[in-house]
Amino acid sequence: MIQDNSRRRLLFGGAVLGAGALLTACTSNEAGPTTAQTKGPEGDNANAAAGKAVTIGFSAPAADHGWMAAITNNAKAQAGAYPDVTFTSVEAGADAAAQRAALDTLISQKPDAIVMLPHDGKELTASGLKAMQAGIPVINLDRSFTQALAYRVMIKGDNYGMGVSAGNFVVAQMKAKGVTNPVIGEIAGIDSLELTQERSQGFKDALATAGFTVANRRAAEFTVDSGQREATNLLQALPKMDALWNHDDDQGIGVLAAIKQANRTEFIMIGGAGSKAAIESIQKDDTVLKATVTYSPSMASSAISLARLVAQGRGLSDLVELSVPKDITLSSETITKENAANYLQLGF
Amino acid sequence: MKATTTADPGAHPVAKTDGGASLRRWWTSESNEFAGRNLGLLGVLVVLVIIGAVTRPDLYGDPEWVRNNVFTILQQASAIGVVTVGMTFVIIGGGIDLSVGAIMALAGVWATTLATQSYGPGGMIFTAIVVGIGAGLVNGLLVSYGRLVPFIATLAMMVAARGLAASISGKQTQISQSAVINDIATTKILGVPLLIVILALVVAAGWVLLNRTTFGRRTIAVGGNPEAARLAGINVRVQTLLLYGLSGLCCGIGAIMLTAQANSAQAAMANLYELDAIAAAIIGGTLLSGGRGTIIGALFGVLVFSTITNLFAINGLSTESQNMIKGGIIVAAVLIQQFRFGSLTKLFSRTAKP
Repeated sequence: MIQDNSRRRLLFGGAVLGAGALLTACTSNEAGPTTAQTKGPEGDNANAAAGKAVTIGFSAPAADHGWMAAITNNAKAQAGAYPDVTFTSVEAGADAAAQRAALDTLISQKPDAIVMLPHDGKELTASGLKAMQAGIPVINLDRSFTQALAYRVMIKGDNYGMGVSAGNFVVAQMKAKGVTNPVIGEIAGIDSLELTQERSQGFKDALATAGFTVANRRAAEFTVDSGQREATNLLQALPKMDALWNHDDDQGIGVLAAIKQANRTEFIMIGGAGSKAAIESIQKDDTVLKATVTYSPSMASSAISLARLVAQGRGLSDLVELSVPKDITLSSETITKENAANYLQLGF
Repeated sequence: MKATTTADPGAHPVAKTDGGASLRRWWTSESNEFAGRNLGLLGVLVVLVIIGAVTRPDLYGDPEWVRNNVFTILQQASAIGVVTVGMTFVIIGGGIDLSVGAIMALAGVWATTLATQSYGPGGMIFTAIVVGIGAGLVNGLLVSYGRLVPFIATLAMMVAARGLAASISGKQTQISQSAVINDIATTKILGVPLLIVILALVVAAGWVLLNRTTFGRRTIAVGGNPEAARLAGINVRVQTLLLYGLSGLCCGIGAIMLTAQANSAQAAMANLYELDAIAAAIIGGTLLSGGRGTIIGALFGVLVFSTITNLFAINGLSTESQNMIKGGIIVAAVLIQQFRFGSLTKLFSRTAKP
C-alpha cells in the first residue's frame, strides 16, 4: 500500500515535471522582433559624414504595446548605425516619478544630448529644464513639454493630422463611389487620452468639409479584445455602413476579426498607426481594410539623428540654416494599396 | 444551510390548495429568495430590451436582426461568463480572485506563442487550460497553505501574471494562425454559435457541481463557516486549493474563447475582467463574505452588463455614460437584494387586513 502510494506520487510528480518542461518550451517566440526603421550614414549627404564622437542618452517608458517597443528598438538601431555615436539608455520605469529619477542619473553622466519620450509631458518638463540648464540639449520625442525652455528640439507625430488624413481618404472614396450621405463609423482608442480626442476631432473636421458626420463612435482600449468587442457592437448598431475608421492597427486585429465574424464586406475600413500586419493586408487587398494613416515610431530614429547633429553643432544639410530647427511635426501619411510597398519597411 | 442554497424554484412545488397564501409563502420562504432575485434580474433584462426596442424601432422591427443581436449579446458575454462561473465558486467558498483577467492574458499569450502554435490547435487549448489551472493552483496554495489573505495573494498573481505574459509575448500582439481556433468564434451548432454552447455547458456544469455534488456542499460550508466545516471533517485547505484551481480552469477556457474572438492574444487583454466578474457574481446574489450564491444569478449578472453595452452601442451613446450607468446598476442590484421580498408581502397582507 505504502509502495503503491509512493509509486503513484512518483508518476504524478513525473507527469507534472514533464508538463512543466513542455510548457516552458512553449514560451519561445522564434520570429524575433521586426526589423528596425533606420537610415544609415550613406551617400554623399553632408550630414552622413562622421563628426566628432558624441554620447546620446535615451529614455522612454517601458514598452507595453507594439508601438512603444518599436520606439526603443528604433532608437537603439539608429544609434548603432552611426560610428560616431555612443548610445546610453536608461530604463524609464513604470511612471513619471521613476523616469525623473532615471533622468537624474542620466544627467549626472553628462551625455552630449538626451532623447526623451516622457511618460507625461507635463510631469517631466522640470527634468527637461534641468538637463537644458546643465548644458545638455534635450530632444523631446512625441509627448510635448509645457515649456519651450525645456527642450532644444521637439519631434512629434500629428494626432489631429491623423484624423484629418483618415477623414480626407473617406471623403475622396465616397465621392469616387458617388455616395452622398454615407454612414460612417469610428472605433477610437482609450477615450480619456488627449491624443484620442485630437484624432477624433481631426476626423470630424475633415468629414465636415464634405458635409459628412460620424454616425456611431465606440471607444476601445487599444487592445485586441476590446477592439473585437466594440466593433461587434458597432456593426450591430449600423446594419449598413459605408466607411469605418479604427484609430489603432493593433486593436484593429480584433476589429477585423469582428468584421469577419459578422460576415460584413459592404464598407471600407481605414486603420491607424501603420503596423506591418496592416500594411501587408492593405497590399494584399483581401479584407475591408483599404488604407491606414501613419503615426510612425520611425520618429525615434529621426530623433537620434537630430540629437547627433545638435550635439555635433551641425544643421540639416538640405536647409539653409546652420542648426537643426526647433519644432518638427511629422505629417500623417495615408498608406493605400498603391504605395504600400514603399511603406512596408516603416511598418512595426 | 441546505435550504438557503437551492436556486431551483421547481424543487419546491407550490401546494395546490390555497393558491394565494401558498404563493405568498413561496415568495417569502428563504429557499426561494434566490428565485425572486433571478426574476428581478430577468425583469431588468426585459426592461433593457424594451428600452432598446423603443429607442431603435428601426432595428428591432427586423426579426432577423433581433435574433442576430441576441446571439451577439450572448457571444460577448461568453468568455466573461465562463470566468464568472469560476469566480462565483471562489466567492461562495469565502475567497476572492483578483487575478482572473491576468490569468486569461497569460493563458492566451502562452497558447499563442509560435512554439505552442506549432503543436496545432490541440496543443494551444491544452496549454491555455494547463496554464490557467497552474496559475489558479498557485493562488490556491498561497491562500490555503501560505495563509495569505485571498485579496493579497491574487493581487500578487494579477501583477505577476501580466508581467510574465508581457515578457513571454515581448509586448507584441500575437496573432493566432490556427484556423481551428479562430473558427471557434464563427462555428454554429444547430444554428447556435459555438461560443454560446460552451458558455451553456460551463454554466450547466457549474450548476450541477454547486447544487448536486458534495464538492458544492463543501464549498458552501467552507465559505459559510470554515471552523464548523473543519469540525465537520471537511479538509478546508484542499477545498480552497481546488476552488482556485477551478477558477484557473475557467480562465483557461475563457482565454481560448477570447483568443478565438480576437484572432490574437496580448498581455494587455482581458483588462479589468476581474472587476466585471466580481460585479456580475455580486449582482447575481452571491454573498461577498461567502457561503451563499447561485450560478444562474451570476449568469444573469453577466447578461445584464453585456446587454447594457449593446444598448449603448446601438444608440451611439458614449462610454462615459455607460460606465456611470453600470456603477448605478451594481449599487441598485445590491440595494434590491438587501430589501427583503418577504417584508413586502407581509406589508401587503397587513394593510389588507386592518
